[in-house]
Amino acid sequence: MNCRSEVLEVSVEGRQVEEAMLAVLHTVLLHRSTGKFHYKKEGTYSIGTVGTQDVDCDFIDFTYVRVSSEELDRALRKVVGEFKDALRSSGGDGLGQMSLEFYQKKKSRWPFSDECIPWEVWTVKVHVVALATEQERQICREKVGEKLCEKIISIVEVMNRHEYLPKMPTQSEVDNVFDTGLRDVQPYLYKISFQITDALGTSVTTTMRRLIKDTLAL
Amino acid sequence: METDLNSQDRKDLDKFIKFFALKTVQAIVQARLGEKICTRSSSSPTGSDWFNLAIKDIPEVTHEAKKALAGQLPAVGRSMCVEISLKTSEGDSMELEIWCLEMNEKCDKEIKVSYTVYNRLSLLLKSLLAITRVTPAYRLSRKQGHEYVILYRIYFGEVQLNGLGEGFQTVRVGTVGTPVGTVTLSCAYRINLAFMSTRQFERTPPIMGIIIDHFVDRPYPSSSPTHPCNYRTAGEDTGVTYPSVEDSQEVCTTSFSTSPPSQCVFTVTKAHFQTPTPVVTDTLRVPMAGLAFSHQLSSSRLSYQPAALGVGSADLAYPVVFAAGLTTTHPHQLMVPGKEGGVPLAPNQPALGAQADQERLATYTPSDGAHCAATPSSSEDTETVSNSSEGRASPHDVLETIFVRKVGAFVNKPINQVTLTSLDIPFAMFAPKNLELEDADPMVNPPDSPETESPLQGSLHSDGSSGGSSGNTHDDFVMIDFKPAFSKDDILPMDLGTFYREFQNPPQLSSLSIDIGAQSMAEDLDSLPEKLAVHEKNVREFDAFVETLQ
Repeated sequence: MNCRSEVLEVSVEGRQVEEAMLAVLHTVLLHRSTGKFHYKKEGTYSIGTVGTQDVDCDFIDFTYVRVSSEELDRALRKVVGEFKDALRSSGGDGLGQMSLEFYQKKKSRWPFSDECIPWEVWTVKVHVVALATEQERQICREKVGEKLCEKIISIVEVMNRHEYLPKMPTQSEVDNVFDTGLRDVQPYLYKISFQITDALGTSVTTTMRRLIKDTLAL
Repeated sequence: METDLNSQDRKDLDKFIKFFALKTVQAIVQARLGEKICTRSSSSPTGSDWFNLAIKDIPEVTHEAKKALAGQLPAVGRSMCVEISLKTSEGDSMELEIWCLEMNEKCDKEIKVSYTVYNRLSLLLKSLLAITRVTPAYRLSRKQGHEYVILYRIYFGEVQLNGLGEGFQTVRVGTVGTPVGTVTLSCAYRINLAFMSTRQFERTPPIMGIIIDHFVDRPYPSSSPTHPCNYRTAGEDTGVTYPSVEDSQEVCTTSFSTSPPSQCVFTVTKAHFQTPTPVVTDTLRVPMAGLAFSHQLSSSRLSYQPAALGVGSADLAYPVVFAAGLTTTHPHQLMVPGKEGGVPLAPNQPALGAQADQERLATYTPSDGAHCAATPSSSEDTETVSNSSEGRASPHDVLETIFVRKVGAFVNKPINQVTLTSLDIPFAMFAPKNLELEDADPMVNPPDSPETESPLQGSLHSDGSSGGSSGNTHDDFVMIDFKPAFSKDDILPMDLGTFYREFQNPPQLSSLSIDIGAQSMAEDLDSLPEKLAVHEKNVREFDAFVETLQ
C-alpha cells in the first residue's frame, strides 16, 4: 500500500506561523478524527460524538474549525510552539516544514518492535517573511487569510477523494489504528515532526519530535 | 432506478440522505449566524447526533428545511439549495452564496450503505463545516449587525445562480457515492461584492471606479421567503412554536460491526411523538423585529468605503453607505451612527422592512454619502473624510438635502435652523437638524489655527461665552454651543465645553511644518559629524552603561 502524500506551502510573517500551522493541522485532524468507539458484544461498536468549535486567529483574518478536544489542541499547540521557536532561533532564511503523518501499527513478533506504516502524510512548508511597515502587515493579514482559505479548500478536496482509509478495527486492534488515549475524540494514529531547512530544502537543523501516544513501544 | 438494494438498506439510505440534508442546512445557517459556534464532544453516543457530529438543531431552521423538502429527497434535477443573501438597513439585498445538495445518476452499487455511506456523509459534513468558514460570506456574516443582516432561503428544485453576479466562483465540498446516485455538495459564491442601489445613484453620474452591478429583480420570484440568520428561542415573537428536536427528529442510534459486511448491523429507532402542526403567521419576517432575545446581532458597525475613494480593502469594494441601524429593543427606533460627518436619516419605520420601496425623507448625493462612510478605528478615517470633501456637491445641491448629524445628546443648535419633526429617534429634541454644508462641519474641516498668539493665551482672556458667535475669523466655522453635562467646575471659571473650545485648535508644532522641518533636518545633518565625534570620545562611558544593563 502506498502512502499518500500531500504538500502545502505557506508564506507568513513570524507571528502568524503558529496560527497558520494550527489552522492546517486542525483542519486535517478534524477530518481524521472520529468519536470514541464503544465496543459491545458480537463485534459491534458505537461511536461517540465529535464536537467542533470555531477559532478566530489573532494575526490573520481567518477562522478555522477544530475538533472540540482540549487535549488534542494542547498537543498540537505544544509541537507548533516548538516549531516556531526552532524557526526563530535558526536564523537563516526562515524556511521550515512540519509533517503530520497518519500511520498504522503492525504487530511484529518479539524481539522486533512494532512497525509503523504510514498511510497519509501531510507536509506543510513554511516560509517566514519579515515585513517593515504596519501597512504591509495589514495587507499580509488579509492575504494570508485568503491563502489559508485556499489551503482549506485543497485539504477538503483531498479528503473527499475517499481514498484509502484503514479498515475499522476490532476491539483488540483498535490501538493499532486509532489514538485511543484522548478522552473525548479518537483521531487516527498520528505523529508530527518538523524540520528547519535552508533554501535548498536540505535539513540544516534536523529536529525530530515524536508525538505518539504509544503504549507498546519497546 | 431500483437496484438490488434490499428494502432495509433502501430505507436506511433514504433516511441518511434526509437527515444529511437537514444537517447540511443547519450547518450552513449556523455558520452565517454571525458568531462562533462551539459544540462539545461526547464520548458516549447520544441519540440525536446524526453522523456522529454535534450539530445543533435550530427548530425554525429544521422546520423551514422540511417545508422546502416537502417529503421529497434530493434527486436528479431536484436539488436542495440554501441561498445566503445580505440585506441592508435600506432594504437593498444581494445574494452572496448558493449551497447546493444535488444528486446525480452515477451509482456506486458496491458500497455499503449502513457503514461506508454513513461515514462518508459524516466526513462530508465535517468538510462543510470547514468550507463554510472560508467563503467570503463568512466574514461578512461575522460583522452583521446594524447596517445589514444575513438572510437564508431554502428551496428545492432547480438551482438558480443568476443572482450571484458575474464571475461567481464555485467550490465543491465533496461527493459521496451511493447505490442510488452520487450526492454532491457544492457552493457557488459571489466574488463581485460591489453593490449599487439604484435609488442612491439615480440623479448623479457614477463616481469613478465603482463597479456597477445592476440591481435587478429576481427572475424567479422566490416561492420561499428569506429568513434572517438569527436564532430565536421558540414561541417568542409571533406565537409560532416549532416542534423541538425531540419531538420531530428521529432518533438515530447506530451501531457498527467489525464483522464481515454480510453481518452488518444497523439500527435506527424512531421516536414517536405528537407533532403539532405549526401555525405560520408571517413568513416574511422583518429581520429586526422581536429580536429582544437575539444574541446574534453584533454591536459592531461596519460601514463601507466607496470604491472610488480607493480606500478600504482592495478586494472587496462596498460602495453602499449603510446609514441607519436598528436597536434590538426598539425595532422601530433608528440609531444614527455617531460618526463624524452627517448621515442621512431614514424614516420612522424599520429600515429592513419588507416594503423596500417606502417613501423616504432622506435623499442624499453621493458625495455626502461618500463622506459619511468612516471605518471604525481606521487610520483611513481622516483620509476618507478629507478626500470626500474635495468631491462634495455644490451648495445648491446640498440645499436639497435633508441632512442630519448626530453630535451628541447634549448639543443645542441655534433656533433658526430647520427642524424635522417627524423623526422618532432617541433624544430627538437634542439632535441637531440643520442644513449645514459639509465643509461647515468643524469635525470635517477643523479651522486653521490662528497664526498669532497661542490659543491658551487667547482663551485666558476670552470670556468663554457660549452662543452663536464664532471664536475665530473664519466665516464657515460655526460655533457649536457645548453644554456638556457634569462638567461644571467650581474652582475654575470655565467648564468642560469652554475648555474644549479653547484648546480645540492648538497651533501646529513648528517641527512639523515643512520648511522649518526641512531646515532643521539640514541642520541636523550638518551637526552629525560633531555629534559623532563627541560620542566617540565618550565611548567608554557608553560601554560601561551597556554592561550594567546586561
